[in-house]
Amino acid sequence: MEKIVKTPLNDKDVLGLRAGDSVLLTGYIYTARDAAHKRLVDLLDKGEKLPFDVKGQVIYYVGPTPAKPGDPIGSAGPTSSYRMDPYAPRLLDIGLKGMIGKGLRNEEVINSIKKNCAVYFASIGGAAALTAKCVKSAELIAYEDLGSEAVRKLYVENLPLIVVIDSKGNNFYKEGQEKYLKSLNK
Amino acid sequence: MRDIDVSQITQAVKKMCIDANYYLNDDIRKRLEESKSKETYETAKNILDVILKNADIARNEDRPICQDTGMAVVFVEIGQEVHIVGGSIEDAINEGVRQGYTEGYLRKSVVKDPLNRVNTGDNTPAVIYYFVVPGDKLKITVAPKGFGSENMSKIKMLKPADGVEGVKDFIIQTVKEAGPNPCPPTVIGVGIGGTFDRAALLAKKAIMRSTDVRNEDPYYANLEKELLDEINKLGVGPQGFGGRTTALAVNIETYPTHIAGLPVAVNINCHVTRHAEAIL
Repeated sequence: MEKIVKTPLNDKDVLGLRAGDSVLLTGYIYTARDAAHKRLVDLLDKGEKLPFDVKGQVIYYVGPTPAKPGDPIGSAGPTSSYRMDPYAPRLLDIGLKGMIGKGLRNEEVINSIKKNCAVYFASIGGAAALTAKCVKSAELIAYEDLGSEAVRKLYVENLPLIVVIDSKGNNFYKEGQEKYLKSLNK
Repeated sequence: MRDIDVSQITQAVKKMCIDANYYLNDDIRKRLEESKSKETYETAKNILDVILKNADIARNEDRPICQDTGMAVVFVEIGQEVHIVGGSIEDAINEGVRQGYTEGYLRKSVVKDPLNRVNTGDNTPAVIYYFVVPGDKLKITVAPKGFGSENMSKIKMLKPADGVEGVKDFIIQTVKEAGPNPCPPTVIGVGIGGTFDRAALLAKKAIMRSTDVRNEDPYYANLEKELLDEINKLGVGPQGFGGRTTALAVNIETYPTHIAGLPVAVNINCHVTRHAEAIL
C-alpha cells in the first residue's frame, strides 16, 4: 500500500516515512542537477538569496527531454544522485526536506539527512516516459541558459517513489538486497 | 566504386537517433520479460513490470524511453569500394545527430569542453569510429549512450598471471560496486586484450552487440554465461532494491594482446540499452 505524501514536507511528514515505503507524492517540487546545484551553493557562499526558498521543499534530480507541443514536460526520470552529494548537505542545512534521484549517497549526505530530519526518495531510473505522466505543469524558475539542467518548478500528482534513506538513516538499497538474499535461503 | 551521397548518411543517422531512443530493442524486451518470469522476489518483479510498461508508453506515444537520450556513439563500417560524395562523412553524421536530437525532442546532453562545460545545444559532436571493411556497403550503427551507466564503467591493466579468475573478479567487482547507480538490470560489455584503448573500444563494441548473440568462440560464450550467472547471484536486482535480475547479458569481445599484458575494460549499459543499424 502506498503512502500519500504532499509537499511541502515538515518533520512530522518525514518521520512517518520508513526506508522501503512506496510513496505517491503530490504537490510542487523543484528540479536541479549538477550545474544548478553548483550555482545554488555558490550563491550560499556569497550569502545571496536563492532563486527559490528550499525550506520544506523537495528537489528532483532530473534533466528532462524537451516537451513536445502540448505537453508540460518531456521524459523525466531521475539522474544519479551521488553527483549532487558535494552540494546536498548545504541545502539540507537550510531546510531542504527531500531529494528525489536514484543510486547511492555518501556518508556525509546520510548524516545530513539524519541531522536535518530529511528523506531521500528514488524514482525508477529509466522509467522516464511513465514518470512524465505525473507532471502536470512545469515552470522555469532559474538558469534558463542551462537548458535541460535549468531549475523548474513542477506540479506532480501521485508521483510513484520509494523511500531509500529515511530520517533515521535506514537504507533500502542495503535492506532490500539483504531481504532478497535471505529469501533465497528459506 | 559505388557512390554514396552524404545526404543519405544524414537521413539514416537522424532516423536512428530517434528510433533508438523511442523504441526499445526487441532483444532487450525479451531479456526483461524472461527476467521477470524468473524473479521470485516481489519488489523486483514489480520494477521490471514498470520498466516494461514504460517502454510500451515510449513506443506507443513516440517518446524517449529515458530522459538521458545519451551521447551518440556511431560505428561506421565503410566498404573499401564505397566512394562518399557530396561532402564530409563526419559532417554528415553530426548533421544527422543534430537533426535527430532537435526534431525528435531528445535531450541535448553534450558539453563543448569537459572542463569549461557549455552545452553545444544540439547534442553534437557524436563519438564516431570508422572501420574499413571489404565490399561496397556502408553500415552505420548508432548507440545513444547514457552516462548513468557510462560513469560506472572501468578499465584495468591486469597481469597475465591474473588469468581468467582475475578477469572474472574485476568484472564482478565492477558490477557490484556500481550497485544501483547504472539503472540495473544492465548489459555488461567486456573488452579483453589489445591495448589500453583497444580494450575500451572492444567493451563498447560488446554492448552494441545484440543480447541474442553469444561470442562465436565457445570458450568466451561459456564465460559470458558463467559471468551472467555470477552477477545475478549478487542480489543487487532491478534498480538495486534486491532481486535476481542485476544484468540482462554479458557480452565479451576480445583481441590479441602483448605478452606482458591483460587489459580488461567493462562498459556498463542500463536497461535502456539502445542501438539501431542501417546498411546503405
